Amino acid sequence: MVTVKRLALSRRCRQNCGHSNRIDSSEATHRFNQTFKSIEAKPNRSAKEKRAQQVRSSIPAMNRILATKAGSNVYRLRFPWRPFSNDAAPKLSSPTAGNPEKGSEAQQYDIAIVGGGMVGLALACSLASKPLTKHLNVAIVDSNPALGRKNFIKKDDLPDARPLHQDINAWRFVEQHRHAYFDKMQVWDYTGLSYAKYNARDADREVLGCVVENKVLLSSLLSHVQDMDFLKKIHPSRLTSMSILPNSSSSEVDSTSLMTALFTHGRLAKLELEDGSSLYAKLVVGADGGKSRVRELAGIRTTGWNYSQNAIICTVEHAVENHCAWQRFLPSGPLAVLPICDKFSNIVWTMTPKESSDFKSMTDDDFLKAVNHALYYGYGPHPTSGILGSSDLFSWLKGGISSSANDCFEIPPKVIKLASERMAFPLSLRHANDYASKRVVLIGDAAHTVHPLAGQGVNLGFGDASSLSSVISEGIAVGTDIGEVSLLKKYEADRKPANITMMAVLDGFQKAYSVDFGPLNILRAAAFHGAHHISPLKKSIISYASGEMRLPLFA
Amino acid sequence: MASSKLLSQPRWHRLLRRNLPNARLFSGLPTQHPGSVPEPQNHGEPKSKNKFKTASSTPSSLKEAELAKFAAISDTWWDSEGPFKPLHNMNPTRLAFIRSTLCRHFRKDPLSARPFEGLRIIDVGCGGGILSEPLARMGAIVTGIDAVEKNIRIARLHANMDPTTSNIEYCCTTAEKLVDEQRKFDAVIALEVIEHVADSAEFCKSLSALTAHEGATVVSTLNRSMRSYAAAIVAAEYLLHWLPKGTHQWSSFLTPEELTMILKRASINVKEMAGFVFNPITGRWSLSDDISVNYIAFGTKETNNEE
Repeated sequence: MVTVKRLALSRRCRQNCGHSNRIDSSEATHRFNQTFKSIEAKPNRSAKEKRAQQVRSSIPAMNRILATKAGSNVYRLRFPWRPFSNDAAPKLSSPTAGNPEKGSEAQQYDIAIVGGGMVGLALACSLASKPLTKHLNVAIVDSNPALGRKNFIKKDDLPDARPLHQDINAWRFVEQHRHAYFDKMQVWDYTGLSYAKYNARDADREVLGCVVENKVLLSSLLSHVQDMDFLKKIHPSRLTSMSILPNSSSSEVDSTSLMTALFTHGRLAKLELEDGSSLYAKLVVGADGGKSRVRELAGIRTTGWNYSQNAIICTVEHAVENHCAWQRFLPSGPLAVLPICDKFSNIVWTMTPKESSDFKSMTDDDFLKAVNHALYYGYGPHPTSGILGSSDLFSWLKGGISSSANDCFEIPPKVIKLASERMAFPLSLRHANDYASKRVVLIGDAAHTVHPLAGQGVNLGFGDASSLSSVISEGIAVGTDIGEVSLLKKYEADRKPANITMMAVLDGFQKAYSVDFGPLNILRAAAFHGAHHISPLKKSIISYASGEMRLPLFA
Repeated sequence: MASSKLLSQPRWHRLLRRNLPNARLFSGLPTQHPGSVPEPQNHGEPKSKNKFKTASSTPSSLKEAELAKFAAISDTWWDSEGPFKPLHNMNPTRLAFIRSTLCRHFRKDPLSARPFEGLRIIDVGCGGGILSEPLARMGAIVTGIDAVEKNIRIARLHANMDPTTSNIEYCCTTAEKLVDEQRKFDAVIALEVIEHVADSAEFCKSLSALTAHEGATVVSTLNRSMRSYAAAIVAAEYLLHWLPKGTHQWSSFLTPEELTMILKRASINVKEMAGFVFNPITGRWSLSDDISVNYIAFGTKETNNEE
């Protein structure tokens, strides 16, 4: 039937246009969302290298927490990471310092990804894995020396990797290194009115998620990209300037090279790096973090505000093994404990700036005491099971599923030793007014920074990377110039609503939990209680959180 | 492949078999003299290229005026926010259809970034080259023709700026002249042109003559229906001001049945057809089954052996 054929035609057209099937790209995101980054514990880090890479992440969760209030569980602190914050970056020391163009031969790339962090590398991996984009010539500009090393992770034979990471398929590298699966999560607050306990069993899963350190994730992505037959070059330098000229159709024939001619006509962007080299690209992707230089150079303005909160991050050791993620909401901010492997966990503690400087400067022992105090009896009582005495009320909602509703409140394991130095940094919310302009597009923290309350920052970034690579793929399918604003605006139209909604929700959570007001406390407690006992709700939360379901709005 | 699709009784084909009350005059009546037919007005309308197909090459005074009007804004062809914005918006959707049908017909790999490698394609009524350039990026050997000299100049300048498109051959000529030169192409594409030619039957015959053996022909135009009157004339020209008033003449629109018929008479069997719909909320065009306003048809050249 022609009717059917026409429908199939449209679908086929869409497929031929490079996997614009939303399910595929979202699955990649969700799979990747299940990875965790935890704090990078580097006690020996010199002052020069102090970058706030401490990313901590939680369950792939927070994406879908929109539906519930009880939700926000573990956090993921996403520090606005600055790949080229290295103060000792080499200055223009080459003899051609005065004339960057002559120094090294400028090369032309299709895409220049400025910023080789998790989101930048995720974009590179995503492009490499799509048939329509894997032929692209990509440059990654990042002064992180770790990126330059080849094969710095040995690849051993692995048993079947968990089918968590199908699209990008970098999970097999992650598994070789330090990571921790966990299957339980407990959330409660200082009022002691209620708690919520999640168990992977509730959603018929083995684990709720996995915590992975930032550097492990980075190196896995890098190994994956190197593994594939993908044209990419890493430029170990910082971006100093970028220029894009307006389109012109003048018929003057430029006597210099083709690249400069194309650049003069506005068909290429020119990037100048700190080490004197320059490169040309059809599209510049800004994946360089919250203080994005690409965004600054492109003249894209941002809106946002600073939260009057700082976060303290460190790694601690327990006496026993910990496979559960814990979070307690305190008056000045939540305290989260995430397992990273065996007996070690990461702590993310949000508090006022004054408190954070106090906590940072106190001795290790005092800090440990403070953490234990905060986890146990500080600030308020513990909830006891069934405090509101209404488990019978909800019994009709319990299926055979809610086994964890009967779990008692558990006391988190004691923290006995500090395993890293404490880092503190301020939290803010920032959103770029546009994600794309001519030949420039922003992804990840460069486009939006959020409160780490629910650990969503990098998840949003992965969503951006996935969406952008789909849009680029569709553009190539129909022969579009990938630097065209109209194409990039499609990416913006796809991601902006989702990002803004998430930011609004997180901001709402942050404000809701920062107020100590009787009726509001009861409301929060009721939300916790509901999430704990109403099993369909709990199952939904877990499914959304682990990326198996998407809200219809974003499907 | 050809016959099974025809036998599957597509809606438009079924209608074709019936006697249409509003059948038009390509039943073999002598064509009117091109000079006396009121030339369709094409003041630089974004949705079509100014392509005049006349049986003879006698330029009328009207034609000069219209060419001049079109030439006046031809600088804005590549301004994606300018008067040609609707055409730029619709372009990816048209290309999606072309890509899909041509890949299937020529058995090319749809997942390749340059699926049209080795195919000779002609873009009839290319205007500023909005369609020709993406086709070239997809690997095709593209020839673009247009009756307006300035358009060709703009197209050439723009294409020369990108190495992937600088091989496009642009000529200021007509389809008929190329037929006289006995040029042949694997795929002949004439989008938004046929509603502006004086004699659509002759035009289709020229398109067919340009198509090589077992080649493909793609034609897109507007349907002559109440909906298209409301959308393309009232809404686009008078309400939304997408097109200058008088750009289109509703009476010269072709229904899918008529187009299929005249293509069949020119030995081209229409195999697939799709419509373009505009979503006002997202501002995007998409392919659909709705052929009541804009539609595009893909056909293959019928040889004596196929039926």
